[in-house]
Amino acid sequence: MALIVDKHRPRSLDALTYHDELSDRLRSLAQSGDFPHLLFYGPSGAGKKTRIVATLKELYGPGVEKIKIDARVFQTSSNRKLEFNIVASVYHLEITPSDVGNYDRVVVQDLLKEVAQTQQVDQSARQRFKVVVINEADHLTRDAQAALRRTMEKYSPNLRLILVGESTAGIIAPIRSRCLLVRVARPTVGEVEGVLRGSCEREGWEVREGLVGRVARESGRNLRRALLMLEGVYAQNEKVTDDTPIPPPDWEGLIEQIAQEIMAEHTSARILQVRSKLYDLLTHCIPPTTILKTLTFKLMPLIDDDLKPEVIKWSAFYEHRIKTGTKVIFHLEAFVAKFMRILEMYLMSMDM
Amino acid sequence: MASFFDLKARKAALANGAATKETEKKDGENTRVQPWVEKYRPKTLSDVTAQDHTITVLQRTLQASNLPHMLFYGPPGTGKTSTILALAKELYGPELMKSRVLELNASDERGISIVREKVKDFARMQLTNVSSAAYKARYPCPPFKIIILDEADSMTQDAQSALRRTMETYSKITRFCLICNYVTRIIDPLASRCSKFRFKSLDQGNAKKRLEEIAEKEKVGLDEGAVEGLINCAEGDLRKAITYLQSAARLVGAVQQPGGGDDGEDGMDVDKKTVSVKIVQDIAGVIPDETIQRLVKAMRPTTLGGNYTPIAKEVEDMVADGWSAGQVVTQLYQAVVYDETIEDAQKNKILLVFSEIDKRLVDGADEHLSILDLALRISGILGGR
Ligand SMILES: Nc1ncnc2c1ncn2[C@@H]1O[C@H](COP(=O)(O)OP(=O)(O)OP(=O)(O)O)[C@@H](O)[C@H]1O
Ligand SMILES: [Mg+2]
Repeated sequence: MALIVDKHRPRSLDALTYHDELSDRLRSLAQSGDFPHLLFYGPSGAGKKTRIVATLKELYGPGVEKIKIDARVFQTSSNRKLEFNIVASVYHLEITPSDVGNYDRVVVQDLLKEVAQTQQVDQSARQRFKVVVINEADHLTRDAQAALRRTMEKYSPNLRLILVGESTAGIIAPIRSRCLLVRVARPTVGEVEGVLRGSCEREGWEVREGLVGRVARESGRNLRRALLMLEGVYAQNEKVTDDTPIPPPDWEGLIEQIAQEIMAEHTSARILQVRSKLYDLLTHCIPPTTILKTLTFKLMPLIDDDLKPEVIKWSAFYEHRIKTGTKVIFHLEAFVAKFMRILEMYLMSMDM
Repeated sequence: MASFFDLKARKAALANGAATKETEKKDGENTRVQPWVEKYRPKTLSDVTAQDHTITVLQRTLQASNLPHMLFYGPPGTGKTSTILALAKELYGPELMKSRVLELNASDERGISIVREKVKDFARMQLTNVSSAAYKARYPCPPFKIIILDEADSMTQDAQSALRRTMETYSKITRFCLICNYVTRIIDPLASRCSKFRFKSLDQGNAKKRLEEIAEKEKVGLDEGAVEGLINCAEGDLRKAITYLQSAARLVGAVQQPGGGDDGEDGMDVDKKTVSVKIVQDIAGVIPDETIQRLVKAMRPTTLGGNYTPIAKEVEDMVADGWSAGQVVTQLYQAVVYDETIEDAQKNKILLVFSEIDKRLVDGADEHLSILDLALRISGILGGR
């Protein structure tokens, strides 16, 4: 059974329920024929992907929804074979080059040129160009991005790119210069509530305003998360009321525990205990930044206001080290130790 | 034979030369529908705006029909690629472009051996010529070939050093033109063999003229100050400014009709609406002033309790709204540095924080934590901590 996040996904620009101005803008670009390259950015769960699919439909009609998955093999200059999946309709392709790590350049280079040099198969296609959607564009290596530059210009009669990423920071200036930037904000709490109500109605679930409001707020305006939370509540409870608790994901529960533990005791024995939990989270593929951030924001309500800037400072400091270093666990642990120290000093100064 | 040349000439004349015979016939009207940046790519040297010095020098070499090796450098969207392509076209004309000019860019495989081989093969080919005297009168067709290495900053040092020899070996019959954003990425021995041309960020005056021309051809109405807005938001990058203009035009309802060309005669739904500064800023992702001011206000010292909660709230909203951290940092910097109520000593401390955060963001640090840290630290400095 499909999840409601997928089942209720709007399929056209008209069906999108929020950011109407942006939808209008995309519609007018799609209808004008001289569609530019686009770079969609914004936090996860804002609805970037849904909006892109809707834009493609506006460009080509319902044919873009007939997709198939192709497995392709590319060869690197050192003769290594790379397997790579492509999601494609007759009109467009969707790729995630960061899947092949540092070899992303090979894929981008070969695939885009190939697309650019072939004509639209469907002679009656509404657009002369094909669209290539590149996911996680902010994680492309510099080489891969450089390889896009002239391709985006030279082949623009046959090819348009839609780049997607959470932020524009990882994207080199010449590429930003070649795209129209499209910011997709998360929906407001009110808009999330609207979507949740709509989904309840479509599923025949009784709308509980109290619950809808809580889910919307707790989701942090992340619509995907909100829909998953809502479905979780209805799936796990026979009877849903305004105050039915919303179960947090397992990993979040575990981080909550860590937060409690490091508040309670500031010893190296405790750090050792926490370490095994951190490992646990990492082996379950929770991204280290998510762990550190979640932990930080769970600690905030537990400490005195005076301490908060200091704790944020170190959290940001160690997060940066996670990104530039190699041993994630060192930096997570260092943050825990630092936090204990800050708290300890503070408590001592209070005693005096 | 004549028809062969004819076809070739037609093909080359089409922008970018990527259109094929079939499509040319079948949807000839559609071939012109392309993003404005391509539609308005300068076709001749004199079309290139704002790089007067470079263009004057190049035009002189055009007359003398001799060329040094060249190195073009400068920020994105300032006309480097356009200039070399226009120069090549003026030197050789459409027929000889293919056989006399080799363009290698970052999308081509450019390892040492490949560069060497491709360049060698190309350089060794006999110089082609045309017999038509009329053609020769129109195009100088000097007796050398041009090898363009565009986006050369992405070539490895090794590949670059391998070029040194090649450049010398074939210097009688080839000229190189290297193009890059950062001149420091080109190794010295290569750079010193070239005449350097710096492409400047476009300034208000020149970029303005070009944008107004395009707006007129596309029949886009512009409000007072809209062009200045475009240029400011694009930070001297004309390509960006043109893309913003196109998007803004679509937004106010100028819809291109099929068959539109660059002759300006095509119809456009000339709606009464015009492009305003606000629309431009919106498209460019500029954060509204109110939003920045709310954050600044939250950062100011208060008598009651700490600033953490209000700051955290503002930052959380900004992150959820997807504003790029780079943009936040830039605009916050402007707001703080030009704020006369903040003492110089405090400003000095604040600058250090900006420097640190900028570096972190470039390293890929989390945007939410970085911005929150920045705001809290500035707030601390303002509060005398
Ligand atoms: N000096 C200029 N005069 C006129 N148009 C320009 C100029 N600079 C840029 N443009 C516009 O911007 C587009 C891109 O310019 P161009 O490809 O020459 O940039 P570039 O300097 O090679 O940039 P990059 O470093 O990103 O490769 C052109 O198609 C044209 O529309
Ligand atoms: Mg270029």
